[in-house]
Amino acid sequence: MASPILMPALSPTMTEGTLARWVKKEGDTVRSGEVIAEIETDKATMEMEAAEDGVLGRILIADGTADIAVNTPIAVLLEEGEDASAADALDLSAKSSNTASPAEAAPAAASAQPASPQAPVAASTAHIAEPEWGETAEITVREALRDAMAAEMRRDEDVFLLGEEVAQYQGAYKVSQGLLDEFGDKRVLDMPITEHGFTGMAVGAALSGVKPIVEFMTMNFSLQAVDHIINSAAKTRYMSGGQMTCPIVFRGPNGAAARVGAQHSQCFASWYAHIPGLKVVAPWSAADAKGLLRAAIRDPNPVVVLENEILYGKKFPCPVDEDFVLPIGKAKIEREGKDVTLVAFSIMVGVALEAAEKLAEQGIDAEVINLRTLRPLDTETIINSVKKTNRIVSVEEGWPAAGIGSEICTVAVEQAFDWLDAPPARVCGLDIPLPYAANLEQLALPKPQWVVDAVLKQFGD
Amino acid sequence: MGSTTDVSSRQNGPALTQEEMERAYKNMLLVRRFEEKAGQLYGMGLIGGFCHLYIGQEAVVAGIGLAMKKGDRSITSYRDHGQMLVAGMTARGVMAELTGRSGGYSHGKGGSMHMFSKEQEFYGGHGIVGAQVALGTGLAFTSAYKHDGAVSIVYFGEGASNQGQVYESFNLAALLKLPCLYVIENNRYGMGTSVERSSASKDLSKNGAPWGIPSRKVDGMDVAAVYQAAQEGMEHCRSGKGPFLLEMETYRYRGHSMSDPAKYRQRSEVDEMRRTRDPIESLKAEMIKHGIDESFFKTVDTEVKATVKDAAEFAETSPEPDPSELWTDILVGE
Ligand SMILES: Cc1ncc(C[n+]2csc(CCOP(=O)(O)OP(=O)(O)O)c2C)c(N)n1
Ligand SMILES: [Mg+2]
Repeated sequence: MASPILMPALSPTMTEGTLARWVKKEGDTVRSGEVIAEIETDKATMEMEAAEDGVLGRILIADGTADIAVNTPIAVLLEEGEDASAADALDLSAKSSNTASPAEAAPAAASAQPASPQAPVAASTAHIAEPEWGETAEITVREALRDAMAAEMRRDEDVFLLGEEVAQYQGAYKVSQGLLDEFGDKRVLDMPITEHGFTGMAVGAALSGVKPIVEFMTMNFSLQAVDHIINSAAKTRYMSGGQMTCPIVFRGPNGAAARVGAQHSQCFASWYAHIPGLKVVAPWSAADAKGLLRAAIRDPNPVVVLENEILYGKKFPCPVDEDFVLPIGKAKIEREGKDVTLVAFSIMVGVALEAAEKLAEQGIDAEVINLRTLRPLDTETIINSVKKTNRIVSVEEGWPAAGIGSEICTVAVEQAFDWLDAPPARVCGLDIPLPYAANLEQLALPKPQWVVDAVLKQFGD
Repeated sequence: MGSTTDVSSRQNGPALTQEEMERAYKNMLLVRRFEEKAGQLYGMGLIGGFCHLYIGQEAVVAGIGLAMKKGDRSITSYRDHGQMLVAGMTARGVMAELTGRSGGYSHGKGGSMHMFSKEQEFYGGHGIVGAQVALGTGLAFTSAYKHDGAVSIVYFGEGASNQGQVYESFNLAALLKLPCLYVIENNRYGMGTSVERSSASKDLSKNGAPWGIPSRKVDGMDVAAVYQAAQEGMEHCRSGKGPFLLEMETYRYRGHSMSDPAKYRQRSEVDEMRRTRDPIESLKAEMIKHGIDESFFKTVDTEVKATVKDAAEFAETSPEPDPSELWTDILVGE
């Protein structure tokens, strides 16, 4: 029986893609496992294999077509010996709209579960650019991070990058794209899967005169190396009475991605922010990413850079100035407001901004602070804002207990108690290991409405 | 002890009995068809996140499965679907876990990489590369402690074999004489990094030699060779002599996970493997030589297809977990 071949989802975050090229022609016999087409995803060009034996009866989407939603029929597979006209009998119309959102385009069986869970982020929400840095260009966070490393590697011969799949593979998430070509394999080094060993090696190298950037494929794997980050990198300066310096960057995607389960979905913000001897930054926008990573590389101390996989593909305006860099330890007010202060970092800045829009509809004018740095915390910006708005809500993806929100609320109480009109509140990820199931995952991570509800509660609703 | 004999293919000796061949063939075909279906469901958005297929490596689990006895334990990485099916876990339960539904082994809370079955003595399903090696050593510790006669099979990739905890585990297992069968599934790549680029050790089967762990290098595309080596290793473990190490030379046909464009190897390398070394085709050819009738293959093919189709239907229609499941299973007794 003729059956449609659907546009496949080829990565955890893919919702649409480009049909780069048909490898097989109409009328060709295909065997299960044979490559039939090349598809460009958000990250790479992938080969699409036939899932069943048959004949490629009709091609519905031509070479080079972009923005094809996942699950759109792209061709019809016939059984051997079946006539091409069997394709006519198939109803392809309902699912073939290129403009349909992935959830709408999904077949009925999948409707309870969108192809890619919607990311809780609105990168396009207007935010104040970097006024002092002039002209900007739209780039992705992924490009911003790569550009930051490239710029610093050009500036300083001692800076180099090491990690798993950073060189030949161009980065598991394509963050180090092009760096091997430009800087060669002396400065862009693929490591075996030995986090504890290569992190210790990098710390030793940093102590003795070079400036490593250690990429963890995800921060979850930094747990394998956490002893060297804390006991070796963070404490050596102190223990040596100031003789030793450890100029090193530990970076990688942090927090939940999409449906990768409990062991791969964890926020390490409060873990690392707890440690004296470390600095910790958590960029949201492309400008944050570029400016903070450059500052981290230049910093003579160990700096942990907490990135976010879902943000990698988002575009933001970023200053084009070659010298653009941001100070570590300084938060940014993304949206000014007078009624309540929302404090967030990383992907939750987008959630806070969306919440602010919703609150505005109800006549509540929220100020949104993008922390940018988690250690040292910019308490001055937070306190000044609270003194203006008299209310504060922190928003983070991580767990509540001993989290960044606990710290923010304590700072507000300790330093601005007399200005507070309501108890400080925290919005956090649920206090559970992150579940895999699509519906449960969605329920476990903070949404703009959670923030709205927390604010309304402060106003006594 | 401590000697390594290189065996690239099976030793002379009794090959598989007809019954063993049939069991191995069924298991390999089940894993192959199950994984193909999982790949399809991923493409449709019914499976999310990371999904690592076992296609190409079927002879490893099928051969070891033949040598396992009731009560033996096993543990592996995220590339775990094959191990589970051979351990006797149901295709329905595994597939429904992949789709994140309540009918899955972890009620949808674990996903492809994190699945367990106390009943089948399968201890996961681990997302952290190398973690299962120390954990698996602990499974063997229990056997030594309780004298329960079980062997623990600890599967890990050649990429994982570089992790420090692997060598800490080897030392412990040898020191404490634990009944642990370490199985390196050397499929030549850890993600995009070939074994030549990740390991300075030229012969991974000798990686336990400093601790006197005896070992064999095995043609992991030949289910009979795997079975033979596994029997030898398990006998060694069961007799109280301590751990044994097998290096399986195998190959994965698909990308590392569903989102791997696999640009680090030539398509022709994969095609060549499929054409000349495919474990299922090889066994089939041998069975035909032994006079097994064509009708056997037809029947198995139909049965396996039906099992996989049923599993997929179950996995698509099993309801999503109830929101109350968010708060269950965090601690015992709450
Ligand atoms: C500690 C840790 N580091 C990195 C990763 C990311 N990662 C997942 S699988 C993998 C490759 C493992 O290769 P191998 O051990 O050969 O197993 P295979 O996938 O080939 O079965 C990597 C680097 C991880 N999951 N855990
Ligand atoms: Mg491997």
